[in-house]
Amino acid sequence: MTITGKIDVKEQDILGALRKFFEDVLNLEDIKAILVPQHLPMKNMVMPTLVTDPNQLNGIDPLAPAFPMNAAKIVSRLTRKPMGAKIVAVLRPCEIRAFFELVKLKQARPDEVVLIGIDCLGTYQNKDYFRFVEKNENDSTVKFYQNVLSAKGAKIDDVDLSPACKACEYPVALNADILIGLYGITENDYLMVQSQTATGENFLAQINPPKIDEPASRQDAVAAVVEKRIAYRDDMFVKTHEATDNLEKMTAYLASCVNCYNCRVACPVCYCKECVFSTDVFNHDPSQYLKWASRKGIIKMPTDTVFYHITRLAHMSTACVGCGQCSNACPNDIPVMELFRTIAQRTQEAFDYEAGRSIEEDPPMSVFREEEFAEVVGIDK
Amino acid sequence: MDDFEPTIIAFVCNWCTYTAADLAGTSRLTYPKNVRLIRVMCTGMVDPQYVIKAFLEGADGVLVSGCHPGDCHYINGNFKARRRIKLLKEILPQFGFEPQRLRLTWVGASDGIQFAEIIRELVNQLKALGPSQAKLKMVI
Repeated sequence: MTITGKIDVKEQDILGALRKFFEDVLNLEDIKAILVPQHLPMKNMVMPTLVTDPNQLNGIDPLAPAFPMNAAKIVSRLTRKPMGAKIVAVLRPCEIRAFFELVKLKQARPDEVVLIGIDCLGTYQNKDYFRFVEKNENDSTVKFYQNVLSAKGAKIDDVDLSPACKACEYPVALNADILIGLYGITENDYLMVQSQTATGENFLAQINPPKIDEPASRQDAVAAVVEKRIAYRDDMFVKTHEATDNLEKMTAYLASCVNCYNCRVACPVCYCKECVFSTDVFNHDPSQYLKWASRKGIIKMPTDTVFYHITRLAHMSTACVGCGQCSNACPNDIPVMELFRTIAQRTQEAFDYEAGRSIEEDPPMSVFREEEFAEVVGIDK
Repeated sequence: MDDFEPTIIAFVCNWCTYTAADLAGTSRLTYPKNVRLIRVMCTGMVDPQYVIKAFLEGADGVLVSGCHPGDCHYINGNFKARRRIKLLKEILPQFGFEPQRLRLTWVGASDGIQFAEIIRELVNQLKALGPSQAKLKMVI
């Protein structure tokens, strides 16, 4: 049975309320550590921290519009082998979805981690966040969540949400163990907390928050956010397709790619332990470049950029959760996320699959049925 | 465009389609010389990137051909290949590669005649379609 309760918020201090809740979680006997984003003491940057001491939660800041990395990669590191203890991970919905994909790819294990999903208010791109935090210093996160939750919107001065977040139709976690709700709660003296799995129910029962009913306005509030996001997303699909629908346009789209592969490194679901593009296969013989160049008289250097991106699309687009870290990581501001989400939408639809929707559904390329896709076989005359 | 001769890269499995191509040869069947066969042990090992590379290098068509369902030497490699072809047929047309340029067929070891027919038909279709965009542009 789902438990729905509340976390009291005193003097509109949402972060303080969350800190108290995380302390309660960390004080549970079964929980040895909590993975939670914190402001680092040495620099005004928010990064995931693994905390075992309840007194070390002062800097927690899961609501900051900072998204330096998709923490699914961290949870994968922490769970790839038995750890011998249970931990809690506080994640954004796209991080939970990426974690699910990694579990299915056998690169993470769900047994020893309890997932807490907080309603995601969105994030800024890295360089925008740095500007924002410099200007607003210690109040930056409070200003951000107050604006988003009061419908003033996420745009503050000239800084706005990243395109990935604007196009994200999952501001609310679907399959966390414990969900913390912010959207659609009209009174500002509490947050909603809800179990979404049996594990979550077990832990929430131990914390025993005061029970409430899910606020009536919540579903509408979430639906309104999602509707806006989907409109942005669909418009993005149309524009991106228009900008890449032949090879010449695609070459232009990726013209400033320098093969740094940052997008691959930042991608939470790019799963190969050794990427073929980093192997000797692509360490071409010097004379090979001359051969290529002399075939058409000119080649762009470095080579293999379009090849790299289309191959990556073939390899991981069915697992793409649209977190936008690829765009975040691009040194030359190529809209990578837009391209990958546009293609991923098609490939996931083709296999009736949605990345991160379920921890059980098999990844499309890992299974097959005897009777399927007859239309791709043969040469129709 | 009458003198356009398409280039087809064909990934053929060792056990069925390669044997069929061999049979076509030993039976002295003729088929167009536009096809370059690449023998692989199983169509299940054709990574999508091989197909992508072939197209970006200017292939006008790519054929992946293996054993009939149920006949795979490795039990189910051809079913895995079918999923990958389905995937590529979703991706490549987004970048302007006509879906007809990528084909998957099942050709058994004794189907020499059918293999020759498939190549003839494919060449005709690709001639009608014209050269691939990658042939003409600076891409790599």
